Order: sequence, then C-alpha cells, then structure tokens
Amino acid sequence: MAAAMLNDRDVEFMLYELFNTDSLCQRERYQDHDRQTFNDVLKTAKRIAEKEFLPIRQKLDKHQPTFDGKTISLIPELKPALEVLRGSGLTSATADYEYDGMQLPPIVASIASAYLWIAGGNSIGYSLLTNANANLLQAHGNKELIEKWVKPLRSGCYSGTMAMSEPGCGSSLGDLITRATRDENGNYRITGSKIFISGGDHNLSENIVHLVLARIAGAPIGVKGISLFVVPKYLVDDNGVIGEENEVALAGLFHKMGGSSQTSTALSFGEKNGSIGYLVGEENRGLQYMFHMMNEARIMVGSGAAALALAGFQYSLDYAKNRSQGRLPSSKDPLSPMVNIIEHADVRRMLLAQKAYAEGSLALVLYGTQLSDDSHTAATEDERSYAHLLLDFLTPVIKTWPSEYGPEANDLAIQVLGGHGYINEHPVELFYRDNRLNSIHEGTTAIQSLDLLARKVPMNNLAGYLATLAEIKKTMAIANEFEQLHGYANELNDAVETLKQTTNALLTAMKTQNIDLVLANSVKYLELFGHVVIAWLWLKQGIVAIRGLLDQPHSEDEAFYRGKVQTLKYFYRFELPQIYAWSTLLVNLDSSSFDMEEHWF
Amino acid sequence: MKVLVPIKRVIDFNVKVRVKADHSNVDLANVKMAINPFCEIAVEEAVRLKEAGTATEVIAVSIGAKACQEQLRTALALGADRAIHIETELTLDAINIAKLLQKIVEEEQPQLVILGKQSIDSDNNQTGQMLAALTNMAQGTFASEVKIDGDKVNVTREVDGGLQTVALNLPAIVTTDLRLNEPRYASLPNIMKAKRKPLDVKPADSFGIDLSPRTQILKVTPPAEREAGIIVESIDELVQKLKNEAKVIS
Repeated sequence: MAAAMLNDRDVEFMLYELFNTDSLCQRERYQDHDRQTFNDVLKTAKRIAEKEFLPIRQKLDKHQPTFDGKTISLIPELKPALEVLRGSGLTSATADYEYDGMQLPPIVASIASAYLWIAGGNSIGYSLLTNANANLLQAHGNKELIEKWVKPLRSGCYSGTMAMSEPGCGSSLGDLITRATRDENGNYRITGSKIFISGGDHNLSENIVHLVLARIAGAPIGVKGISLFVVPKYLVDDNGVIGEENEVALAGLFHKMGGSSQTSTALSFGEKNGSIGYLVGEENRGLQYMFHMMNEARIMVGSGAAALALAGFQYSLDYAKNRSQGRLPSSKDPLSPMVNIIEHADVRRMLLAQKAYAEGSLALVLYGTQLSDDSHTAATEDERSYAHLLLDFLTPVIKTWPSEYGPEANDLAIQVLGGHGYINEHPVELFYRDNRLNSIHEGTTAIQSLDLLARKVPMNNLAGYLATLAEIKKTMAIANEFEQLHGYANELNDAVETLKQTTNALLTAMKTQNIDLVLANSVKYLELFGHVVIAWLWLKQGIVAIRGLLDQPHSEDEAFYRGKVQTLKYFYRFELPQIYAWSTLLVNLDSSSFDMEEHWF
Repeated sequence: MKVLVPIKRVIDFNVKVRVKADHSNVDLANVKMAINPFCEIAVEEAVRLKEAGTATEVIAVSIGAKACQEQLRTALALGADRAIHIETELTLDAINIAKLLQKIVEEEQPQLVILGKQSIDSDNNQTGQMLAALTNMAQGTFASEVKIDGDKVNVTREVDGGLQTVALNLPAIVTTDLRLNEPRYASLPNIMKAKRKPLDVKPADSFGIDLSPRTQILKVTPPAEREAGIIVESIDELVQKLKNEAKVIS
C-alpha cells in the first residue's frame, strides 16, 4: 500500500485529544456541526487529494507553466481538478453561510488543507489566494466593490492575487514606487511593475482580480503613503459583463525551484494610459488592509510547511519499513537475510527527528489556528482578546519554526531514502523543494525574528511574552501530576528560565548598546524561542499520551501513545539543549557576524 | 419512481482489523467505521437516477445501533432525500435483515431497491437475494450497469465468464458490484444539508419479527502471520523441503 499522506490516527489525536475540537460545537457559530461533519469534510478533502491531485502531482512539477509571449499554458489536467475542489466547497469552508461557506472551524479546515497541499502542492494556491483576496475585499471594500468583485471571486469565475513586491522592493515595502493618479472619472490610473505575483496570469479563470499596492501622487513617503487598489485583468461593466483588457501585461514568468504549478509572474501595469484601479477603503491605508490578514497568512505558511514535513515523514517511514538493506553491526553472517532499514538505529533517529519536527510543527500551527479562531469566536470578550494577544505575539514563531524545520525534516526524508530520495521517482525531493519557499515568503526568517525581538516582546509592557510564559507554566503544572513527566517538566522549566534571562539581557542591551549589534543575532533568539515553544507543545502531547496509556488502550493505541512519549524524549535530549549555546551567543552579544567586514570574505 | 437503498455500517476498509483477545469476535472498540463501499456505490447509483430524472425520491435505510445514523447521514450528504433507521442493539443475520427490509419495502413501495452485493465485514452476499425472495421481486445481482427502460430495468451483471445483461420487470432488486460507478465526494454544503434532512427512527422490535439469531460465532482467528523465509544451500535441499516439509511435490 502506498504511503499515507498524513497519519490519520495523529489527525484524530491532534483534533480530538490535544485540542478538544469537539467543544467548538458549543459555540454559536459552529452549532450546526458535530464530529461527524468534521470527519465527513476531512474524508472529502482526503479523497479529492487522492483522486484528483495525487495522480497529477508529478506532472505538475515536471511541466512548469510556459509563456509563449501571449498566453500561459498549464497542464490541462489542472483546471478540472481545481473545479472539483471548488465544487466541493472546501476552498471557502470557513466562510459564513451567507457567502456559501460552511462555517467550518478553521482548525478542521487546516487539516483538510494539509491533505490538499500534500497532493496538490502550490496548485491549491490559486484557490487559497482567491479566497484570501475575497476575504480582504469583504472586510475593507465598499458595497460597490463587494457586489462587483467578491461574488465572482467566491463562485470561482474570477481568481485573485496580491500584488505587493516590485523589482526594487520586496521585504522593504515602504520603498515601493507603483503610482496611482486620479483620473477625471474619479477612478485611479495605476502604472508600475510588480514581480513574484503568484497566480498573476493563467488560463484557469475568466478574469483575474489583482489587489495592488501603489502610492498616490503626493502621498507621504514610506509605509504611511501606500494605498490598495482593485485592478482587474479585464474591465467589467455594471452588468458584470467582461470587456476590454485593462493594460495588465504579463512581462514574464519566473522559474521556481519548487511549487512550480502556481505561476509566479512579473506584471506591468498601465504601460499606455494607466490601468484602471478602484480604491479599497481609504487612501494611504493599503498596507494596513493588506496586513489585516497577515496573521492568518503567516499561519497558513507555517501550516503548509508542517504539511509537507508530515508528508515526507510518512513517505520515508513507509519506505524504511519496506526497504531491506544491510545487516546490523552485530550480525556476522553475510548470508543472513538483510534487514529493513528501519532496523538501523540511525534510520530511526532520522525518522524520530522528522516526527519531532513535523508533529511538533503541526501542533504549533493548529494551536495558532485555534488562537486565531478564538480571537473571533470565543465566548467572552476577555477570552477573545487574550487569544489575540497570544496569537499576535506567537505569529513569528508559528510562521518560522515549521518553515525552518519543515525543510529540515524533508532533508532527512531524502537521507532515509538515500540515492532513491535524490531522484524524482519518489516525492521527497519535491517536498523539499516545495517547502524551501516557506522561510522566504510572507516575511523572511530574519524579518520574523526582528518582529519578535524588537517589536512583539517589548510591546504593551511585555504582555504577549508574559502571557506565553504563563501558558507554558500551566502545562508544566499539569505535567508534574504525572511521575513519567516530572523530568521533562523540570527541563522545560530550566529552558524557560534561560529564555527569560536571555530576553532580559537583550531588552536591557537594546536600551544601552548599539541596537544594530543587539539585533545582529535575532534569528538565534527566534530559534531559541521556537525550540522552547515546541518543547512545550511536545510536553502537552506527552500529557495526553500518558493519560491515554493509563487508560489501558488497545495495542495499536498503546503503540501510538508510546511513540508520542518517545518523541518527546527525543526532542528533550537532542534538540532542546541546543538553546543553551544559542543563549550564550545572545547574552554575550556575540559579534562574529556583526564585526565581519565585507572585504574580509 | 422511489428508490430504496439499504446501507450497512462496517469497519473502514483502511483499518487493519484486530481480533479480540478471547477470539470471540472482531474488536470494534475505537475503530473507525464507514459506510460499506458496495452500499456507497448503491447510493451513488440511486442519486444518479434521481439526477437523470428517472427516480423521484431516494430513501436510505440502515439497521443497527444508534451509531449507524452516521452512515445514514453520509448517504444523505451524497444525495439521498431521507433516511430510515431501524434501531436494534442485536447483531442480525442476513435473513432477519432481509425480513426487516421486506417490511420497509411494503411500507414504502419502491420501484427499485439498490443495495451492495455484500458487506466487507461479513462477506455473506445474501441480503439482496433473500429480500428478492421474500418480496417476490425480480433480482439482478453484481450489477456493473443499470438502465431503466420503461417498466423494465436492464442490469448488466458481472458473471464468471464475462458480462450478462438481464431485463427485469419493475419493481426489482439490484445488487451492486465495484465497477458500477465511482461514488462522488460529499460536498461541504451537502454535508450540512444532510443534517436537516428527515431521518426516521423505528425500533426493530416494533415490526413483530422474530429477530433471534440463526447462527452463532464460535471463534474468530486472524490469518496466520507470515513467517520469515530461509535461504537453502542447494537445489537438492529445496526439492527435499518441497517434498517433505511443504509436501507440494511428490
């Protein structure tokens, strides 16, 4: 049997044992739901992934989109698969009923998306981006914009993009130069170039709705002078009939190392008279609108990274159980049968590391997803704002840890398969290539680390930071009720103390020392914080597993729970202790990188 | 035309089946359950008949403990219009299932009953045939194609030698084979709508049928574990072993 995409038992564990998803059905928004609707949705997602996308996964990767100077071609199998996906209602599952959604809790939708990411890779991105685009317009557009654009976006007739980066500015959006000038009809004319626009052109929909960041003539410099516009590929009249082209020209396609099924485009706006754009919300508030969805978008990046890590883990696990090669060091008989490679301890180490990274990441992104949901749907205002506080603080970690350690897991999956992992007969190299983007887009690791250390930690008198530590403390108290977990709770306590000392040292240094030097090792601070958070989430999983074991489970559940406890052990032995070395670098304001001069390289 | 689709809740086909330690039965504790794959094909066929305008109503029926309402919901999400749950905690033999279904057939008067040719748990392949006998309806088993033609239904059957097409007078009973169709995905809106579709619950003992078991499970054992192979030194040794140990040649 082929390798599973996800371990279904782990999905059940995460949803119903670790995060108690059943209890969400008591909230008004989810009152029509029960565990059966959740499982039915997951079944539909899994089947669509298996039947529609898995069979074309390799073809999508091998046959990158092509551009002949006029039109873009994608493999013909993609459009029908995306239509099945849209027809299933999965792409708008979390939306309100009135927008054809099903008010599915995001934590359940996150697992559904994981199946689709694994099988469909970035091709799912066309649908997700369109949905994100519609959400943004819904939240910030006026009635007219919503009427005209959101409906066809929701129905799938149109697709959507986010056009932010330019040739001269990616991470530094304040420097963008795309211009908007008001014309005599009160519309705006947009001129400029955008790059890395995912789904910027293709033949999958009737029209493409670009959400474009541009600067209105005379606007303030920097991020405070950026406005957001709807710029369609084709203009549409008041009756919804598609008309002329709107001077959105495809300047070229980028050829990516992974995720190649989703086009990445260079677009040129308004080369003649300017593309017509419709202002979203108020002038100069575009970046705020765009970042309104940023927490969700960043959780989504982390979730994609986690899904690919899980997929590689499952694939290499299956391979290791079936591939026989070599004998144990203790075996002296060359005629004795070869063992399956999972019997080699080092292969088990690589599988354990993947399990620790991948399931740790999954727990983290589901936690973040639930916080995001809680910040909207929890029972009381206090609970909602507390969830928002935690989410806002932890977003850099939720985005980054899976994006850094997911590819690390995929790297180990390749290693488990050896030479067979390096060739495209097996998908592990594809997972790695696809996953490699995640530490780059939606804010690179370095940007996330600056966001965490320089902004999120000090914000509101350390409110988010302290709330996170309080949550960790709660788990340690519960863990201390179980003899089997005492040791881990103590180790986590030590790690948290080190985190606190490191943070205090850096906060003091930020006030007294050269800020550039203090922030020079910020990535290590983020990694340290991430490791403490993942160690915490493994302890949480350990508590559930120990309780499960005390409940006299049947043999398969017993094995599953033991696997959780063993991975907890692995993380605390092999991973967590690294934070002490990182802490030393940080506390000492190590200047190895900072002092290195350009001409010394 | 009304179509009745009896369905069964069974262990999910992906699940590795465990036997209870005392060998009394299969261990179903905490096991993922699902609609029997053959039954899902039956639901799909009925829904397609409705979409084609041939059928007017599709009724799913299941017999068992309360939990089988989950599978009825699945059938409703796939497009059945309403569901009937005949509730019982007893494990019923095929003949008793067929007798209960006979009562439902009498009540509902469907023109067509479509059901799976067998369930993947007990593999009996009996219920459809027994129901046909009890209701005196024509039967077309192991269907790979079903075509309604006026007051007849043409059923292409997968038989040992190939395919056989029979014309049955309606009302008739059809049992499905795997190639009849590929069941659709339950769309999310339909999953939600299914919750609002009618589901009647009738106690099994209200039908006045003697449901006492005709068969008794004495023992359940899993298949023997495959043992590791050995490498023989020579052809002669292989021949000896095949002769004396495996006893497959003489």
